[in-house]
Amino acid sequence: MTELPLESTVICRDLRKSFGAVQAVRNVSLALRRGECLALLGPSGCGKTTVLRLIAGLERPDGGAIVINGRTVSDGRVFEPAHRRHVGLVFQDYALFSHMTVAQNVAYGLGRRSDRRERVAAMLALVGLEGLEERYPHELSGGQQQRVALARALAPQPDILLLDEPFSNLDVALRRQVREEVQRILRQAGVSAILVTHDQEEAMSLGDRIALMFDGALHQIGTPRDLYEHPVSRRAAQFMGDSNFVSGQAQGSVAHTILGTVALAQPAQGAVDVLLRPEVLTLDGAENGTRAIVSGQMYLGARQVVWVKLAEEAAVLKVLCGAGARWQTGQVVGVHVTGEGVAFPSTLPQDEL
Amino acid sequence: MISQRRFAWWLLGVTLPLAALVLLPVGYLFVRAAEVAPERAFTILTRPGTLRIIGRSLLLVVAVSISACLIAVPAAWLTVRSDLKARRLWTVLLTVPLVIPSYVGAFALIGALGQQGILQRWLQPLGVERLPSIYGFWGAWLALTLFAYPYVFLSTRAGLRGIDPALEEASYTLGRSRLETFWWITLRQALPSISAGALLVALYTLSDFGAVAMMQYNVFTRVIYLRLSLDLDLAALLSVVLVLLTALLLGVVTLIERGRGRTFSRRAHYRPRPVRLGRWQPLALAFCALVVTLALVMPVAVMTYWLVNGLQQGETLRDVSAPLQRSLRASALAALVCGVVALPFVWLQVRAPSPLTHLLARSAYLGYALPGVVVGLAFVFLGARYLGDLNALFGLDSYRSLGLLVLAYSVRFLSQALGPARASLLQVNPHLEEVAQTLGRGYLTVLRTVTLPLMRSGLVAGVALVFLTTMKELPITLLLAPTGYATLATRIWSASNEAFYARAAAPALILVLISALSLVYILESDD
Repeated sequence: MTELPLESTVICRDLRKSFGAVQAVRNVSLALRRGECLALLGPSGCGKTTVLRLIAGLERPDGGAIVINGRTVSDGRVFEPAHRRHVGLVFQDYALFSHMTVAQNVAYGLGRRSDRRERVAAMLALVGLEGLEERYPHELSGGQQQRVALARALAPQPDILLLDEPFSNLDVALRRQVREEVQRILRQAGVSAILVTHDQEEAMSLGDRIALMFDGALHQIGTPRDLYEHPVSRRAAQFMGDSNFVSGQAQGSVAHTILGTVALAQPAQGAVDVLLRPEVLTLDGAENGTRAIVSGQMYLGARQVVWVKLAEEAAVLKVLCGAGARWQTGQVVGVHVTGEGVAFPSTLPQDEL
Repeated sequence: MISQRRFAWWLLGVTLPLAALVLLPVGYLFVRAAEVAPERAFTILTRPGTLRIIGRSLLLVVAVSISACLIAVPAAWLTVRSDLKARRLWTVLLTVPLVIPSYVGAFALIGALGQQGILQRWLQPLGVERLPSIYGFWGAWLALTLFAYPYVFLSTRAGLRGIDPALEEASYTLGRSRLETFWWITLRQALPSISAGALLVALYTLSDFGAVAMMQYNVFTRVIYLRLSLDLDLAALLSVVLVLLTALLLGVVTLIERGRGRTFSRRAHYRPRPVRLGRWQPLALAFCALVVTLALVMPVAVMTYWLVNGLQQGETLRDVSAPLQRSLRASALAALVCGVVALPFVWLQVRAPSPLTHLLARSAYLGYALPGVVVGLAFVFLGARYLGDLNALFGLDSYRSLGLLVLAYSVRFLSQALGPARASLLQVNPHLEEVAQTLGRGYLTVLRTVTLPLMRSGLVAGVALVFLTTMKELPITLLLAPTGYATLATRIWSASNEAFYARAAAPALILVLISALSLVYILESDD
C-alpha cells in the first residue's frame, strides 16, 4: 500500500464496499490534499459515486478506513453518521428541498447559529443569486438550482465538499459556463473538494488531480497532464482522450513503426503498441512521410479532424490539424509524427509480428 | 362513412342530454330548496336543532380525520420506510378494511360490543348487566375511523414513496440528525399526500350514511333520511348545506392536488434503505396487529360468529339467495349503463378537448362527489312529483322502480367508469386511428375495430368497479328500491336494525367477499 501524506484533508485507506454479489469498491486508497480539487473519474458503474457516499457517511464500508482532518470517521470500530461528518455534498439532481425557499434551503445546515442571516446572504452573494431568496426551487432554472445546492452545501463551512456529477443535469450549452463559475466559487471558498464525473473533459478542467477508476478499483492518479500524456494502460489512454495505436518494435527511447521512428515518453523494449494522440500527427499534401488516404473529415471551426487510412494496412488514424488546409476524401497524403508516443506491450501474439 | 369531425358533433348531440340527466337531480334539489320561503328557510336553518346537526357533523368529520391520520401515517411509514417484518403482508392487511362497507363495519361493532352483542353475552355470567352504549358519537367515530383510515394509508404510502431519498441524505450531510430530518424533510414532503388522504376521509365521513345511521348518531345524512317523510323542506335545506360543505372540501382537495403537482419532488430513482427498527420492532408489529385485529379480524370474526349462531338456530342460507340475485341484477344493470354512457364523455374529453367537453366530463364526476343520501333524495323529489302518475299508468303503486334505482346508481357511480376508461383511451395512440383512416376506413369502423378493442381492459375495469361499488350502496337502495325489493345491503340494514344479527351476517359476509375483489384494482394502482 502506498504511503499517504498526513497533511491530507481526506484519507481513504483500503476502502471496500459490496452490494450483494457486486463489488462496487475494491481496496481504494487515496488522499485529498488541503485546498485541492480531486476529480474522481470513470465510466458509469465504476464505483466512484459509492466512494463519495462512503466518505459522506451515507454508506457503511465493508472494510478500510476514512480519516477526515485527522479524525477517523470510519474504520472497523468507528462509524460516524453523515450528520456528524462536516462534509458538504452536492447531489447529481441537487436534492433541493422543494417545500423550502432558496434562503431556507441555504440556511438549513446552519442550525441555530446566530449569524444565520449573514451567512445565507454571503453564500447567495458568492454564488450570485442575490434577490432570489424567497423563490422556490421549481421557480429556478437548472443552473440556478445547481448554485443553490452549492451554496447550501458550502454554508455550514464543511471540511470538504463532495460533488456528485454536478453538471450532468445541465444543457451542454450551459455546462461550460457553469463549470467555470463553479471553479471560481470553489477557489473563492478555498474548500477542498472531490468531484465525481464520467466526463474526462470536466475532470481535466476542474480537477487539480484526477483519480481514474475502473471496475471499483483505483487505476491511476495524477495531474490531468500525467493521465493524458502518460496513461498507465491502453484503457486509461482511451478513456482520457482520442487514441491512435500503431504497432512497432521499441528500442529504448524510440520505437520503429509504420509511421517511422517515434520518440517514446518512457523507454521500452520489444514488440509494442504505440499510443499517438491525434494532435501529434500532421498531414502534408506532398506525400512525404507515410502514405495514407483521407477517408473522412470533420470541420470544427478552429480545428479540423481528418481520418486517414494507411495505404498498406486497414488501421484508420485520427488526425487533429489546423483548419487552414483543405483535404479531399480519397486524396493521398503523407502522415508525420511530431510528438512523443507512449509504448504499451503489444496485444498481438509475438509470432504474428 | 363518417369522418372523425362529424362523429364528434354527433357525439356531442348525444352527450349533452346525458350530462343534463346527470345534473338534473342535484339541480332539482336546489330548485326544491329554493321553493321554501326565505323566512321559513332561515328559521329552519338557525334553530338550535339544525345547528346541533351541523356541529355534530363537523365534530365527527374532524375527529375521524384526525384519528385516521394517527393510525394511517405511522402504519404507512412502517410499511414503506422501515424494516418491519412482512411489510408486504401488512400492507395488504392494512388496506383490506377499505372494502368493508361502513354499515357492515358498524353492524360488526354493534354485534360485538352492542347491548346484545358478543361481549355482553360473554360478560353476562360475570354479572355485567349492561355494557356502556356503543350508539352515538363514539360508535360512529370508531366505525368510520376503522374503515376509512386506509384512504390516508394508501395516499401517505404514495407520498412517502415519491420522496427522493437524496433529500434526506442531503439533510444528513448538512448536519441534521435522523429525527430532525424526519420532521423537517420527510414529514413536510409527505404532508400534501397526508392531507389529501385526510380530506378523502373527511369527505367519506361527511357523506357516509351507513355507519352514522346504524350508530344512531344524528348528523346530516341520518337526519335527512329520517325527516324525508315528515319534513321535506328540512331535508331539502339540509341536503343543500351538505352539498355546499362537500363542495368546499372538494375545493380544498383540488387546491392541494394542484399544489402537490407543483412542489412535488422528482420521482425517486432509487429506493432508500429501510430504517432499522431494532428493539422497536415488536412494538411496531403490535401496533399493526392491533389495527388489523380491530378493522379486519374483528368484523369478519363477528360476522362468522353470528352466521354460525344463526345456522344453529335454524336460519337458512336460502333466505339470502333472493336478495343476492336482486343485488347482482341491479348492480349489473347500473354497471352496464355506466360503461356505455362513459364512452362518449371520455371520447369527447380526450379526442376533442375543449372547454365544453372538459366541462361535460367534469359534470359526470358530480354524482360521485354527492353523498348517496342526497342523490337518493333528489330522485325521490323528482319521482314523487313527476313519476308517480306515470308509473300509475303502468299499474305501479309508487315512484319506486328498478329503472329509477338503476338510473340513480348510474348517476352516482358514472365517474368510476370514467376514470379507467379515460386512462385507457389516453393510451390509444391517435396515430393508430389516423393510420386506419388513411387505409380507407370510416371513423365508426375505426372505433369498432381499433379503438374499442384497445380500450377493452380499461372499460372492463371501470364497469367492474361500478358493479362492486353499487353492490355496497345503501341509502339510494333504501330510498328508491321498489317496495319489497330487498337487496343484500337493505337486508343487512333491516336485520341489524331489528337486532337479528344472525340474519344480517350472511349477506354481510357475501358483500365483504365481493367487494374484496375491488381491492385487486386498488392494490394494483398502489404499485
